[in-house]
Amino acid sequence: MEPSQPAIALNDLGSEMAEVIKEFLVESNEGLDRFDRDLIALEKDRNSHELLDSIFRAIHTIKGTGGVLGYEKLVSISHLGETVLSRMRDGVVVLSAEIATALLSMADALRNILENIATSGGEGTEDYSQVLRQLTAITQTQTRAVASVPAELSETAPRLGEILVDSRTCNPEDVQAAVRQQEQGDGRLLGEILVDERAVDPVAIAEGLKVQTDHREAASNTIRVDVALLDKVMNLVGELVLARNQVLQFTDRQEDSAFLRTAQRLNLITTELQEGVMKTRMQPIGNVWNKLPRIVRDLSLACGKQVEVQMEGAQTELDKTIIEAIKDPLTHIIRNAVDHGIETPKARLAAGKTREGHLLLHAYHEGGQVNIEVSDDGCGMDFERLKARAVAKGLISSDQASRMGEQELLNLAFAPGVSTAEQVSNISGRGVGMDVVKTNIEKIGGTVDLHSTRGRGTLLKIKIPLTLAIIPALIVTSGGERFAIPQVSLIELVRCEGDEAVRSIENIQGASVYRLRGNLLPLVYLNRELQLASKTASESTNIVVLQAGERQFGLVVDQINDTEEIVVKPLSKQLKSVSCFAGATIMGDGHVALILDVLGLAQMTAVVSQRHEAAAGRQAAKSGDEAAAHDSWLLFRLGASGRLAMPLSLVSRLEEFNLSQVERYAGRDVIQYRDQIMPLIRVAGVLGYAGSAESELLQVIVYSSRGQNVGLVVDEILDIAEQSAVVQQIRPVPILQGAAVLQQRVTDLLDVPALLAAEQLECVTGAQA
Amino acid sequence: MSQRRQLCTFYLEKFLFGVEVEKVQEIIRYQEMTRVPRASAVIAGLINLRGQIVTAIDLRHQLHLAPREGDELPMNVVIRREDGPISLLVDEIGEVVEVDEQSFEPAPDTLQSQGGEFLRGVYKLREQLLLLLDIEKTMMVETRPA
Repeated sequence: MEPSQPAIALNDLGSEMAEVIKEFLVESNEGLDRFDRDLIALEKDRNSHELLDSIFRAIHTIKGTGGVLGYEKLVSISHLGETVLSRMRDGVVVLSAEIATALLSMADALRNILENIATSGGEGTEDYSQVLRQLTAITQTQTRAVASVPAELSETAPRLGEILVDSRTCNPEDVQAAVRQQEQGDGRLLGEILVDERAVDPVAIAEGLKVQTDHREAASNTIRVDVALLDKVMNLVGELVLARNQVLQFTDRQEDSAFLRTAQRLNLITTELQEGVMKTRMQPIGNVWNKLPRIVRDLSLACGKQVEVQMEGAQTELDKTIIEAIKDPLTHIIRNAVDHGIETPKARLAAGKTREGHLLLHAYHEGGQVNIEVSDDGCGMDFERLKARAVAKGLISSDQASRMGEQELLNLAFAPGVSTAEQVSNISGRGVGMDVVKTNIEKIGGTVDLHSTRGRGTLLKIKIPLTLAIIPALIVTSGGERFAIPQVSLIELVRCEGDEAVRSIENIQGASVYRLRGNLLPLVYLNRELQLASKTASESTNIVVLQAGERQFGLVVDQINDTEEIVVKPLSKQLKSVSCFAGATIMGDGHVALILDVLGLAQMTAVVSQRHEAAAGRQAAKSGDEAAAHDSWLLFRLGASGRLAMPLSLVSRLEEFNLSQVERYAGRDVIQYRDQIMPLIRVAGVLGYAGSAESELLQVIVYSSRGQNVGLVVDEILDIAEQSAVVQQIRPVPILQGAAVLQQRVTDLLDVPALLAAEQLECVTGAQA
Repeated sequence: MSQRRQLCTFYLEKFLFGVEVEKVQEIIRYQEMTRVPRASAVIAGLINLRGQIVTAIDLRHQLHLAPREGDELPMNVVIRREDGPISLLVDEIGEVVEVDEQSFEPAPDTLQSQGGEFLRGVYKLREQLLLLLDIEKTMMVETRPA
């Protein structure tokens, strides 16, 4: 006997179908529970139309969805139930205890089938003819079609048998023979028959049954929660994070060790709770991807192409809000790939490729971010056409175009109005395209990278944060108001004192610029842009260097306060038009602070409108890098009087850590930093400076090379010096480059690569690459 | 048969306004606000309502009334909304009034020019007119291009 339907375990189905079926199972089970409840209520309150409608709807939904998914048994049983119920609605049949019993046993039969689907993917072999007979008797419309149902029902494969065959512990023939025995009246269970016939080891049966129970438990181990409730819990956790932050502020002023311990515990628990709640909001990216194959299918038919979509990492989870935000950009990218990327079968054969084009979606976690790659094996980007379009649009001169490298040209694809489509179709190629994709991705703090090889295909790489709900941010003050700047946009902080501010900030045709290591950085004054009260003249200027799309700009603020984890809250729709704010947050003191939308602010002030300048600026930066970079030095103190400097370009960040955060691992001090284990080097110790008393707070210069961070512990960060240094060898120390006069004082210059080599950390950094 | 409904009332200048009681989430006294630069002048700012950020609308401004004088602090009438509460800043809170639908009249045309577009109508109370606020329109803030 051949099973009428291929027996497929849920796990083997495509993720798309599995998701749909899972949802169907959850919904149907809920529907049946409601059915039971309302039917029982209806027995007591027989005239309630509401209850009758409710139970009718429950069955109707199961029948409808079950039909779409091709579960014939389910449909035939629920169809009969529906008929009974509709007679009741018409008043032809009046609910009696017998009818209620028949309906409830119908519900049980449906539950049984649902459970079979959950465990084995098939509807199972149980005989429901008694239920069907009862129902038919009630409707009094015994037709041939209904009577034939039970015969049909017994044709699907056995469920324990499926598991055994799937796990290759048993031959399909043996299972079939056992089933035949059962059909011929053998009252034993399938497993018993198989063991008695010595077809299977009893251990295998036990394992098979365990698999079955596992599946069942998995189905009942999940509950569905209203998103609104989740949002509420998320908000409460946000509140808790704020309260925690407030409590932690007090720890600085408290000596009470019991209090400090409790605060520390609160801190840890809050962090864990926050992570846990975040997880509940996570959804697999497959939920968005599921809609793509259909789009690809329709599109490829429309353009006469053949495209196969492959998906990897559909289980990769992302916050719900991010899933929502990437839906449209992804669809756009897919459309582009099918429309422009993949060639017609004829062209592909001519190019020596398979008729069928391939589109691969790949998602994976990396360093607290999610990467999504969309690649195709199509024709790749037409660089000449891209050049021609960009020149025609006036984005670059033909002279510039001829000097641009491929990667730089690819960046042009993100400029507005550039499309390489030969024909403007109704699918894509209308000039609104990649720039919108890029803007949308950047809005949620992500980045887009394009790689393409002519004739070989295109790869689009999207990096997005896991969540938007709680983010690290820099708090600044301007005009007496506090603002939060998302850390992702932050590049560095520059502080100019007195005369230096006057000297280094220049005016070019009414626009302020700052010379940052040889490059001109356009400046935006937050006070001016937001029409805030100007601060009274002060001796220093604070510049927050920000990345807005391709371009960097400096935001001048009155004061730079601190970095903080902030809980992002959306603005009401009355404020949606104010493009320079991304949301608001509640600070530790309970006041509301606005979160700056860096890209929106940049666009508002027009510092990023001219993208070709950005490209030109990058080129200049490349050539000028070597010469200019070492003109900035970070000065720091070791021991009581050791004055050292290292090139600022090697400094990734400056951090402060509590001594308690330091852990001992593999014979050295390490610290958990940005999801990495960061080794610490106590520079004073290496250079033999008299160890100053270890303070509670460690001043750490973070140096990063090829993705690996190393923390250099120093005693004090002194200053940043902007001047060229004449290096002299006064005393030969291997990890010093020499000495120089910086800010009128003799300063040792630290040779960071040599220090890492001496500390045998070089191999660590090398292995990372 | 006359239907009765309950209105939460408040004052702006000398006028008595009302909104349906079921639309009001709560009434709170003045809260410190964070101004939103570059937003419409109708937006008074953002307040922290037990951890929720609530936009406050300056009702005087929205209804084209004169700005509040001196250092009198407004009250917040927090309106319940599907997409989160919105606060209306008013001068003073009145009583909850039960009104008779028979005393209702649509807003006279003459009012249209002076903030009358935000009114659904007028209840003729014995002592005074009670202006029924059109919440939906009041919440619509003209967006000023930034």
